[in-house]
Amino acid sequence: MSYELLCIIWFILLNVLLIGYAILDGFDLGVGFLHPFVAKDDTERRLVMNSIGPLWDGNEVWLVTFGGALFAMFPEAYASIFSAFYLPFVLLLFALIFRAVSLEFRSKRTSPAWRSFWDILFFAGSTLAALLFGVAVGALMQGVAISERGDFLGSMLDLINGFSVVVGLFTVALLAMHGSIYLYMKTEGVLQQRLYGWMKGSWYVYVILFVVVTIWSTMFVPASLQHFRNTPVLWVVPLINVLAIANIMRAIRQERPFYAFISSCLVIAAHIILFSANLFPNLVPAANNAAYNITIFNGASSRLTLTIGLIIVAIGMPLVLSYTSLIYWTFRGKVTLGPDSY
Amino acid sequence: MDTVILLSRLQFAFTIMFHYIFPPLTIGLGIILAYLETRFYLTKKPVFAAACQFWMKIFVLNFGIGVASGIVMEFQFGTNWATYSRFVGDVFGSALAAEGIFAFFLESGFLAVVAFGRQRVSRGFYLFSVYMVALGSIFSSVWIVVANSWQQTPAGHHVVDIMRDSGSGMTPWVIDGIVQRRAEIVNFLDLVFNPSTVQRLSHVLLGCFAVGAFFVLSVSAYFILKNRHQEFARHSINGALVLALISSLGLAINGHTQAQNVYRYQPAKLASFEAHFDTGRADLNLIGWPNEKEERIDFDISIPGGLSFMVFDDLTFSKPVVGLDRFKPEDRPPLLLSYMSWRVMVGIGGLMIIASVLGLYYNWRRTLNDKRWLLWCFVFGIGLVMASNQAGWIGAEVGRQPWIVHPPVVWNEDGSDLVVGADGFYEYQEREGLRTVNAVSPAVNAQEAATSLILFTILYLSLAAVWIFVLDRKIRKGPEEIEITEDGTEHGFQDASSERQHARLSQS
Ligand code: HDD
Ligand code: HEM
Ligand code: HEM
Repeated sequence: MSYELLCIIWFILLNVLLIGYAILDGFDLGVGFLHPFVAKDDTERRLVMNSIGPLWDGNEVWLVTFGGALFAMFPEAYASIFSAFYLPFVLLLFALIFRAVSLEFRSKRTSPAWRSFWDILFFAGSTLAALLFGVAVGALMQGVAISERGDFLGSMLDLINGFSVVVGLFTVALLAMHGSIYLYMKTEGVLQQRLYGWMKGSWYVYVILFVVVTIWSTMFVPASLQHFRNTPVLWVVPLINVLAIANIMRAIRQERPFYAFISSCLVIAAHIILFSANLFPNLVPAANNAAYNITIFNGASSRLTLTIGLIIVAIGMPLVLSYTSLIYWTFRGKVTLGPDSY
Repeated sequence: MDTVILLSRLQFAFTIMFHYIFPPLTIGLGIILAYLETRFYLTKKPVFAAACQFWMKIFVLNFGIGVASGIVMEFQFGTNWATYSRFVGDVFGSALAAEGIFAFFLESGFLAVVAFGRQRVSRGFYLFSVYMVALGSIFSSVWIVVANSWQQTPAGHHVVDIMRDSGSGMTPWVIDGIVQRRAEIVNFLDLVFNPSTVQRLSHVLLGCFAVGAFFVLSVSAYFILKNRHQEFARHSINGALVLALISSLGLAINGHTQAQNVYRYQPAKLASFEAHFDTGRADLNLIGWPNEKEERIDFDISIPGGLSFMVFDDLTFSKPVVGLDRFKPEDRPPLLLSYMSWRVMVGIGGLMIIASVLGLYYNWRRTLNDKRWLLWCFVFGIGLVMASNQAGWIGAEVGRQPWIVHPPVVWNEDGSDLVVGADGFYEYQEREGLRTVNAVSPAVNAQEAATSLILFTILYLSLAAVWIFVLDRKIRKGPEEIEITEDGTEHGFQDASSERQHARLSQS
């Protein structure tokens, strides 16, 4: 296998990990965002939290593995991106910690003050995480100023601009929609009826932001169209994306949440593929000097490491997929509160 | 730049030490859960299920914080140690990725069943899940310790110039006159089984088992002292004492050979552990205070030739041991911290052996319940065992300084001394290693590093407070008397749906 091909395979695998993370932890974050709005009393709050209770942790491992794989296979990109986004990533870590511990601690006492405190952190952590993921994506699409060695030259304020903030809000809306569909599947009764409105509402907000981001990126991030001109097959992705978006509303109207959920998974996958296609072959586009771009070829590890990585994935992924399915199967159906619940 | 290095080091030390509170607890408790659930599966006695349920709740609590603080560690290599990440990514990253795929998915997946699924799955599958959680938590330690061992005693790689297309073919990549290099894998198995992996991994796992054992001892001793949950406490204490003795003895034996291994590959580290300044016959210092300026130990009480004996198992107590005088001052690890942390670890190890022997003896004589002083020692002993684990890591990591990736050392033919230069000092091969001062992220400035350190300090200290508060309440509450409705009857997937019907009714 040629070295270039190995690099491309790893680029695709990273996308798979990212899509896995965004779809799975995406609904967790969405649920966290919706939590204070849709749940009116303590029982409902617990139902909402327990809908992701047994699952969020395994979902987060997709992010851990994505990080490890980026470190292993494209260390240049890992080092440059993580040190460039220093403070935003520290905040992201805080957000993920808040989310984790609020789930863990909330149920440990019954006092309302204690519970509201963790409710607030749960909401704030989930929302902030989604927002920061989006901002990072937006900033990366525009490229960053880096030195020849790949070290970031700008400051944090360069990363936060109109476009990246809009992409951040767009991500929150997308995950809110995804999460509301998930919750709709997992709940029943009044809570579920309340979610119906949220599904529709978040769909509209998402669509509006989708249009804004699409226009903005095609107009102001010109590189983003390049690949579509060269490889017209890629047009299939936005096509599927639009169809899936339309299908979400159709399925919601027909009260078939599972179809809506599948469609919103497709939407998330399509967005990540579009984002990667925009970047390709770069991992970190250098805004100041194209010669400094960190690409999937000049930023990759050695042939041996890429190959060993493939072997690890070939052994590990079937295992991961089999027990992930097993766990989802075990916890299928509507959420209920039992003695072990949060 | 210097402040950035200092702040990044402090932040790494602080965050890893915080993270390392939780893995030993989960790894140690994992073993105990597996034991209790097996007993329950075989005997169907409710007391085992109740005990398993009790420790499981604590396991889950620790696990959550362990996960949250672990992600910080993984990101931190990139955020604060970018230059290091570029240097080691090729050899080191695979280990982190493998950890995610092989260990974390396993542990977090099956923990969901263990924590939330007792009513949803069959007894056999529940037992299997408990095993998988225990196994997963052990796996979680494997790859990260492999990676850490590699940077202590690197093997299976070579350091190469990074090649870039300069227009006229591939040439070494030079920036500001400096050739850019990185470590690349040559042989994966040599890398995984580098000279210190097996020793260090067994030592780390024994340390975790010790934490599990002493944690259970602590809680059980507390219940006995307070005259509560007697049956539960007695059941727990028997197993825990045995595990405590095995792991403490194992730590001492394995630690002894590990120290010899350290001497072979990182002689400056061992010399700092022992504050051994002058190459030659070495005494084993028992009490003292190292005086770095005068290069001697104040208030010194030592066993003459003792260190020669420890390092070489040399019965003549006289073989020469390489001392700090072979190393340039700038190549020596921070002395006091290495010396102290080493002593703390070994000292506590000794106390652990004594405590577990006494405990077993009185338990066998059936007088343990009357030995209140010993029970109180057990209640607070867990703190020392945790401290010992932390001290071990401080010794290992501070003793590696000034290197973040330690270069190999070259011995003379008969291995009795280092090959030194004309000035009498050992000359490290700079090209083969990476100094900690050269490893941080150039993109991060002092202000950012200070901000993050302050925020982490505040966050972690508050988390620790809440954690202790919740843990304390959990323990005071004690195990709940479980009536086993499902005893004997297999609770299969089918039953899960009828369960849900019930909940649905009670909810509306
Ligand atoms: C309960 C915890 C505990 C206890 C009682 C001991 N250790 Fe330990 N020790 C550890 C927990 C630990 C550790 C945290 O697991 C370390 C840190 C790095 C490592 O590999 O293991 C460690 C490191 C460590 C090292 C440095 C390894 C390196 O730098 O590569 C040596 C030489 C020893 N130990 C030797 C001993 C001896 C002779 C002990 C005598 C009783 C002992 N340890 C007790
Ligand atoms: C695996 C890769 C690791 C790297 C790159 C690494 C790197 C470092 C660095 C740069 C420091 C600061 C050095 C100093 O201030 O003197 C440090 C300190 C420390 N590390 Fe590691 N470490 C690693 C693994 C671990 C692991 C697995 C543990 C154990 C949980 C650990 C425990 C510690 C401790 C306790 C300190 C504190 C030492 C001090 O106070 O200075 N490290 N490490
Ligand atoms: C610098 C070093 C380390 C890094 C980068 C690191 C990374 C991580 C990460 C990312 C997680 C979260 C996994 C998840 O989401 O499920 C985690 C958890 C865990 N880590 Fe670490 N880790 C380090 C040191 C260690 C060491 C030295 C051990 C054991 C000896 C260890 C054992 C565990 C265990 C058992 C867990 C599961 C959670 C828990 O039990 O608390 N880690 N670690």
